[in-house]
Amino acid sequence: MDLIRIKNAEKKYKNGVTAIRNLNLDIEKGSFTFVIGGSGSGKSTLIKMLYREERPTQGKIIVGGLNVAKLRNNKVYKLRRKLGIVFQDYRLLPKLTVYENVAFAMEVIGAKKNETRLKVLKALEEVGLKNKVHNYPDQLSGGEQQRVAIARAIVNNPKLLLCDEPTGNLDPEKSMEIMAVLDKINKVRGTTIIMATHDKEIVNKMKKQVITLKDGRLVSFKKKGTYYDEDVENAK
Amino acid sequence: MKMLRMLNRSIRDSIKSVFRNFSLSLASISCITITLIIVAISMLASFNVQNFTKEIEKDLTIVVFLDSDTSEDRITDLKKEIGNFPNVESYEFESKEDVKQKMQKESEVLNTVLDGWSEEDNPLKPTFKLKVKNVNKIGKTADKIKQIENVSVVKYGEGMVETMISSFATIQKVAYGAVIALVVVTVFLIVNTIKLTIFSRKREISIMRLVGASNFTIKTPFIIEGMILGIFGSIIPIVFTTYGYLAFYNHFNGYLYTHLIKLIRPEPFIYQMSLIILVIGIIVGMIGSSKAVRKYLKV
Ligand SMILES: Nc1ncnc2c1ncn2[C@@H]1O[C@H](COP(=O)(O)OP(=O)(O)OP(=O)(O)O)[C@@H](O)[C@H]1O
Ligand SMILES: [Mg+2]
Repeated sequence: MDLIRIKNAEKKYKNGVTAIRNLNLDIEKGSFTFVIGGSGSGKSTLIKMLYREERPTQGKIIVGGLNVAKLRNNKVYKLRRKLGIVFQDYRLLPKLTVYENVAFAMEVIGAKKNETRLKVLKALEEVGLKNKVHNYPDQLSGGEQQRVAIARAIVNNPKLLLCDEPTGNLDPEKSMEIMAVLDKINKVRGTTIIMATHDKEIVNKMKKQVITLKDGRLVSFKKKGTYYDEDVENAK
Repeated sequence: MKMLRMLNRSIRDSIKSVFRNFSLSLASISCITITLIIVAISMLASFNVQNFTKEIEKDLTIVVFLDSDTSEDRITDLKKEIGNFPNVESYEFESKEDVKQKMQKESEVLNTVLDGWSEEDNPLKPTFKLKVKNVNKIGKTADKIKQIENVSVVKYGEGMVETMISSFATIQKVAYGAVIALVVVTVFLIVNTIKLTIFSRKREISIMRLVGASNFTIKTPFIIEGMILGIFGSIIPIVFTTYGYLAFYNHFNGYLYTHLIKLIRPEPFIYQMSLIILVIGIIVGMIGSSKAVRKYLKV
């Protein structure tokens, strides 16, 4: 079954730049997909359309049964509750502890305290941060902060986890730790993961399916045990 | 249950942010305070004016004298004609005889003089006393009645009452203008206060959006913040109204200068006023914050 269906999607920004052109793509439930491509190839734009930060200017994008293109501003939260998002810059709240940062995602959708507590601790355990619940973000390493962000993204048990260069600020060792966490989430929770990245090493090591973009066009979609190939080099 | 939990959270956040942006909050609160004091004074004055103009209006009469040789038939017609005037509420008729008897009662000298007059050579005039529906049109009504045949003299008020009522109306208009101008300034200040809060919490708001908080959840704390500003702003005006009016009323013993102008009794008047002031404060706060939310939150 497909969690995401994209039909003839196009994104043209107001300044005239076309970031995505005629994109057709289906992504299966439970899969782990890398999105690669040179700088400006449209990776972030694609991710942004999936969580309806941007709207496609043409075509259809269905995520978990919701047509993102037609989703009204005041209904966007319905989509957001089905997915988790992780960024390169973590986006934690500096005045809240690790626990509070993760709990925040549940409180603002009105979850009960007991339920919140259980789920937050479980998520933090999964990312290996159970011993740091009372720390503040500035008392953590970059890798740890990113793991808090991942815990926050999965705490509501979303069907889909979107990651835009989650390892962009981390050294190779920490990056692989993050990848191990994501892989575990994909396998244990069955969460569909889509991750945009520049990192050749990671893509080669993980052996997941890979989408390559070039100037907003899909140039290849390798389904099985794929590796980082020349497409990106050609795209530059 | 879920509603309550979220509301609790919103109120906590709002109170925190009122104190976090203290100087701007204080500016908004002061502005609401000044506005509401002026609103309060205008309302106190306006309700009192309304109250005693009603009293005065009750006493206001048009007196219509007919020619003394008006026939009985003609009087019957006139009763109908005058009674059917659109602005005439009711009338009292006094025939020559009635007037004569009245005068005789009033003075011993007149009594003997008038006693000699027979029905025919009684020179007194039959009289209508009219109550009008709308006091503002009393002049016009009197003019029209003057043109009717057999009507000799028409008198009403002394002009003073009219002037008084119309000058009260002018004062009221000025007060309304001042209130509207102040409300506009207040709303502007509240918008800016809330804007600052929104900006200082931009990161938090964007994360709330990402993790799927509904628009309602995102907006509510800011709307509540505006309401809190309104509530804080109405405290001084309420105290002012309650004790101010009480002192004023007691000082003048319930009447202003003459027994014509009777003040409204403080209870329950001051409680009603306080409630109105509080409600206006909250509404102005909400208008300001909703405007800010709509403008800067893009939800
Ligand atoms: N908000 C925006 N307004 C206008 N143009 C934009 C906007 N965001 C991105 N673009 C343009 O769209 C194109 C694709 O950008 P996008 O951020 O999707 O690329 P990317 O693949 O994520 O690049 P990178 O690897 O550098 O992050 C670029 O040409 C960029 O300049
Ligand atoms: Mg990008």
